[in-house]
Amino acid sequence: MTTHVCQCTREKLGEILAEFPAGRRETLIPVLQAVQEAFGFLPEDTLDSIGAHIGVSAAKVYGVATFYNQFRLQPTGKHTVRVCRGTACHVRGSKLLLDAFADALGVKPGETTPDGLFTLETVACLGACSIAPVVTVDDSFHGAVQTRSAGKILDKYREE
Amino acid sequence: MTLTSTETIRRQHLTDACCARCSHTTETPCNRYIDCRQHGPICHDDADCAAYLTSKRREALHQLNVPIIFLGAGTCGLASGMDQVIPALQARLAEQGMQLLVKEVGCFGLCHREPMLDIKKPGRPRVCFDNVDVKKAQAIFERYLLNDEVPTDLAMGIIAGPDDDPAAPECALPNLYDLTVLKHQRRIVLQNCGIIDPNSLDEYLARGGYAAFAKAIAAGDNGELVLTEVLKSGLRGRGGGGFPTGRKWQLTRQQTNTPKYLVCNADEGDPGAFMDRSVLEGDPHRVIEGMLLGALAIGATHGYIYCRAEYPMAISRLLHSIDELERVGLLGDNILGSGFNFHLKLKQGAGAFVCGEETALLASIEGKRGMPRVRPPYPAQSGLWGHPTCINNVETFANVAAIVANGGEWFASVGTERSKGTKVFALTGKIKNGGLVEVPMGMTLRQVVFEVGGGILNDRPFKAVQIGGPSGGCLHTPLLDTPVDYDSLIAVGAMMGSGGLVVMDDQTCMVDLARFFMEFIRNESCGKCIPCREGTTRMLEILERIVRPYRDEDSGATLQRFKSVIMLEELAQVIKDTSLCGLGQTAPNPVLSTLRYFREEYEQHVFERKCPAGACRSLLTFTVNAEKCKGCTLCARNCPASAIWGAPKQTHVIDQDKCLHCGVCLDVCRFDAVIAQ
Repeated sequence: MTTHVCQCTREKLGEILAEFPAGRRETLIPVLQAVQEAFGFLPEDTLDSIGAHIGVSAAKVYGVATFYNQFRLQPTGKHTVRVCRGTACHVRGSKLLLDAFADALGVKPGETTPDGLFTLETVACLGACSIAPVVTVDDSFHGAVQTRSAGKILDKYREE
Repeated sequence: MTLTSTETIRRQHLTDACCARCSHTTETPCNRYIDCRQHGPICHDDADCAAYLTSKRREALHQLNVPIIFLGAGTCGLASGMDQVIPALQARLAEQGMQLLVKEVGCFGLCHREPMLDIKKPGRPRVCFDNVDVKKAQAIFERYLLNDEVPTDLAMGIIAGPDDDPAAPECALPNLYDLTVLKHQRRIVLQNCGIIDPNSLDEYLARGGYAAFAKAIAAGDNGELVLTEVLKSGLRGRGGGGFPTGRKWQLTRQQTNTPKYLVCNADEGDPGAFMDRSVLEGDPHRVIEGMLLGALAIGATHGYIYCRAEYPMAISRLLHSIDELERVGLLGDNILGSGFNFHLKLKQGAGAFVCGEETALLASIEGKRGMPRVRPPYPAQSGLWGHPTCINNVETFANVAAIVANGGEWFASVGTERSKGTKVFALTGKIKNGGLVEVPMGMTLRQVVFEVGGGILNDRPFKAVQIGGPSGGCLHTPLLDTPVDYDSLIAVGAMMGSGGLVVMDDQTCMVDLARFFMEFIRNESCGKCIPCREGTTRMLEILERIVRPYRDEDSGATLQRFKSVIMLEELAQVIKDTSLCGLGQTAPNPVLSTLRYFREEYEQHVFERKCPAGACRSLLTFTVNAEKCKGCTLCARNCPASAIWGAPKQTHVIDQDKCLHCGVCLDVCRFDAVIAQ
C-alpha cells in the first residue's frame, strides 16, 4: 500500500519543516518524530521533502525511518495496544498475554485490525515492572493484566 | 499542582531575587548565587530579605502552615491507580474548600506498595500511606485531614524531619526508614526520589542542591577539584561496563580538540530495568548537577541527554528542569560569573536498544542509523562530529554531586575494595517487595533478594536471579552468597549491567528465559556485523528446536536438534569473540550462564522432552481430570483446534493428536480440571 499526501498535509508538512533549520543532519530524527506526531505515521511522499530539507537523500531518510522501532510507514489503528515484553513481564506470563490479544484482535503483533480500530504492538520494556505484566492502550497503563481480561480491556475501547 | 486557595502561598520562588539589590541575572551572574539562596542574603543585611529567603527555604523544605498532600505520581504510581485517585481527591478537596497544597512527587521505590500518598501537617512528621485506592483516599481524608485522627491502621510509616514535633501523635507510627525493605538500603542516588517535587528547583536547592557545583566553581581550578574527588572516590560507570569514571573524564580532559561534548546515556533499554527512569522522574536536578560537574571536569561546553522516547514523563521533567536552569543562569554562558559555558539539550531516542552502546548512541544523535562503529578511536578522542566526547550513564552522574560535596574518601568508604559506593537495582519478577532499591556494593544477592526484597512471591521456592539484563546471566541458589560488585559478578558469568534484577521461582523455565533473551537480542541486533546478526538468529533457532514438540519434527529435525545443541556453546563463544560491539559480545551470556548452572534442565528438554517448570507449553501434555470436570463446555468452546470432545455436564476429553498445546483450556477452566504435565 502506498500512501500519498494531499495538498493540506503538504502545507502542514511545510509548517513542521519550517520549525527546523535546513541542512542539519542532526535534526533528522526530531523532524521524523514531529512528522509522525502530526500524521500518526510517516507518509511515503513526505520522506522526499524531509530529505530535501535536511540535505540528505530520500534513501538515507528511509534508512533511518526503518531502523528505529518508533517510526512507521503505514497508518496505525485508532488505538495502539502495546504488550510489554520485558523480562519481568515475560516471567509473569506476557507471552501468553500477547497471544491472547493477538487472538482477540485476530492480528499478529505489528498489524492493524481490518476495521482500523486497533494496532497491536510489542514494546521492549515500559519500565513499570512492578505491576507486570503491563499492557498500554494509547497512553493508559493496565497493570497485572490476566490473559482472560484481554477481551474486556479491548471492549472498553470498542465502545468509545 | 496547586489547588483551591494555594496560589497565594507560592507566588514567588526561592530562585527569584529577594529585592532590587540582588544583581543576579543571566547577563550579570553573581558568583555567590547558590550560597545566597541557601544561606543568604549575603551581599546585604536586611531583615525583610532574610525573612523572605528563610520563608522560601522553609516552604521548599515542606514546612508550611497548611497541610501538604504528596501524590506518588511516577509512571508506576499512575499506572497502578493513582490516576484514578487524583481526580477523586481533587473533587473532595474542592468540596471542602480546605487550604492545603497538593504536590506530585516521583517514585519512592516501593513499587509493590504503589499507589502511595503522603500527608504532612504543619510541624508534624510526614505520614505515608500505601496501596491507596479511591476508597482508602476518602477514608484518609475524612479521618486524618478533617478529624485529625491519625489512622494508624491505614498508614505505613512516617518520615520525620529535624523540625518536626517529636511528641506529635504521628510518632507512634514506625519510621519509614526502619521498615525491613528500607533498613538495609543506603540512599545516595535515591535520596530525594519520592520526597521532593521533581519539577521544583527550589526544593532541590533548599536540600543543598547545586552546592557541590558552586563549590567546584568557587575552587576556580577549571574542574581540577571535581576530577580529583571523582578519581579518589573510585566511582565506576553504572551503565554496566564499570569503567572508572574519573579515568574516562581525565582522558577527555586531556584532549585539546574543542568543542568537547558531554553525553548522558538515558537510553535505558534493558528489559526489566527502570532505575534511570525513576531517577529522572523523581530527581532530575541531581543528574543535571552531575552533568554540570562532569562538563567542568572535562571542559565540555555542550551536553546532550539521550533519553528513550518510551519515557514521556522523564522527558517532560527534564525539559522543565533545563528551562528552569536556563532561566536562573545555571545553564548557558558564563555560569555564576565563572566564564564556564554549558549548553544542555535533550535528544529523544526512537526505540533502538543498540543505541545504549556509546558509538551507536552518538550516531543516533548525529541523525544517523544507530549503528556502532569500531573502537578505537574511543569517543573520548573522537566522538560527536569527530570531537572529544564523554558518555556516562544517568546513575553515574547522579552520584557525582554527593562525591564532590562530601569528598571522594567519603564515597570510597562505602562498598568493597574495587567497587565503591552504592548501586540502584530494579528488583522485579517473582519477588515480594518489588521496586527500586539502593544497596551498598558488596551486599550479597541473598540479602538483596530475601532481606530487602522480602523473599519470593507466594513463598514459592527460589530458583534463580537474573542480573544484568540481556548481557548478564542467571545465577542459581549456590551462588546466592555472591557479593554484588563488578568483579564478583563477572567471575560467576554474570555482570552488574545497568541494574535489572529479575527474581525467578520454580515456575520459570530457564530454557524459555534464554530463548526470551535471545529473541530480544535477535530483534535488536542492528545487523552491521555478521556474528551478531546471523549468530543470534542461529542460536535462537537452536533454542526453538529444543522446545519444539516431537510431532512437529521429522527424523532429520530430531537429528538437527541433537547436533545443534552440541554446537550451542561453540557458537556462543564465536559470537562473544568476534562481534563488533558490546551488544553482540555479551549476547550469548544468558544462554551460557543458564547452560552452566541449569544444564540438567536443558537436558530434560532435549532428551526427555519435558519442561519441569511447566512453562514451555509445547512440551506439555494437557489432560482433563475426570473428577474435577463439571462438563461446562467452556474449554471445548475455546479450543482453537476443536480438540476437546464432550457433551454438556459430562467429562471432557482432549484429543492428543489434534492438541496444539496452546494451553487455552488450562487458562479458561474454572474448576482447575485441566492438568498440564
